[in-house]
Amino acid sequence: MANAAAAANTKWWSGGKSPFNVEYGKLMMWYFLMSDAFTFGAFLISYGTVRMSSISWPDPNLVFNSFPFAGHANLPLVFVSLMTFILIVSSVTMVLAVHEGHHGNKKGVVKWMIWTILGGLAFLSCQAWEWNHLYHQGAWWGRNPFANADGTVASSNFANFFFTITGFHGFHVFSGVVINIIVTIMAWRGVFERRGHYLMIEKIGLYWHFVDLVWVFVFLFFYLV
Amino acid sequence: MEHQTFGGEVTIPHAAPGDDSKKRIWKTTIILSIITIVELGVGYLLYFTDFSHLVDLMFKGAVIILSFAKAFYIVSIFMHLGDEIRNMIMTIVVPLLLFVWFIIAFLWDGDSWKNLRNQYAPKDPVKAEQVTQPAHEEGHKGGLK
Repeated sequence: MANAAAAANTKWWSGGKSPFNVEYGKLMMWYFLMSDAFTFGAFLISYGTVRMSSISWPDPNLVFNSFPFAGHANLPLVFVSLMTFILIVSSVTMVLAVHEGHHGNKKGVVKWMIWTILGGLAFLSCQAWEWNHLYHQGAWWGRNPFANADGTVASSNFANFFFTITGFHGFHVFSGVVINIIVTIMAWRGVFERRGHYLMIEKIGLYWHFVDLVWVFVFLFFYLV
Repeated sequence: MEHQTFGGEVTIPHAAPGDDSKKRIWKTTIILSIITIVELGVGYLLYFTDFSHLVDLMFKGAVIILSFAKAFYIVSIFMHLGDEIRNMIMTIVVPLLLFVWFIIAFLWDGDSWKNLRNQYAPKDPVKAEQVTQPAHEEGHKGGLK
């Protein structure tokens, strides 16, 4: 929590210090996330527009109803709920890693970062399974085997948007996992201990939460609504 | 007041979070989980029950609002934006208000496009062979239409 008394008595814009009392890298990460938010926002809103302009659209509960190793059981929303919980939990472990960083606890940071990485890998595996399953049902960019909810032939819009947006999101998860691994190794080797702060963990933590946030809305607009 | 220098600039360190911050983390986790479960519950309700179009839309609107609540908790508490200096929070939140216009304008346009298409260029609908078999009984009209 920012020290309120210090904040009230400080002339933030008098020079020689950050007017937002925040490290340069952290502020820039926030502004990068803003740009990424607009990118994903544009993707999702264009998906919404095209879907709004269509007379009918495939029913997500009829498309996304499978679960690994469950054969042909009809289980709408189950698999994607699992994916959502995995990502939320990995966000929580990330917050705990940052918390340990604030207390300078190297072992705690590494422990929670490893859990976060495992969560990210689990999510990616789930998404890969989902893509593979849909591919074997005949879906891909330009190919949509699922009929509209009103029974008419659907265009490839559904598949195009699904694979593009989840693809971009999955790529962000993947790059997040890679950076998480690098940063965890750095922490384990004592780089941050020597620096005296775990700000790098905080910054990558921001990125990871953003990835979770995007998933909340992808899950909402593709599977739920 | 002690100053720290990272990369040349000076920042006044935030007071180290007391151990109530761990409680905050767990409390927020539980809130997020409950909201998600409620959303899923509504999702299943819409799947199994036949509501009028208006009631359907109201449930979906509620789910969307719940998701924005989740976003608020994640950004404010997990990403610690709520703990930052107010002006910095504003540099993040104010531009994002553009989304309000963005969403309304584009969805409105999409709807208008559909109406114009139906009015001026109606096409004979092409029936698809049943590719996906709904597991629930015939005549079920829940979900999208």
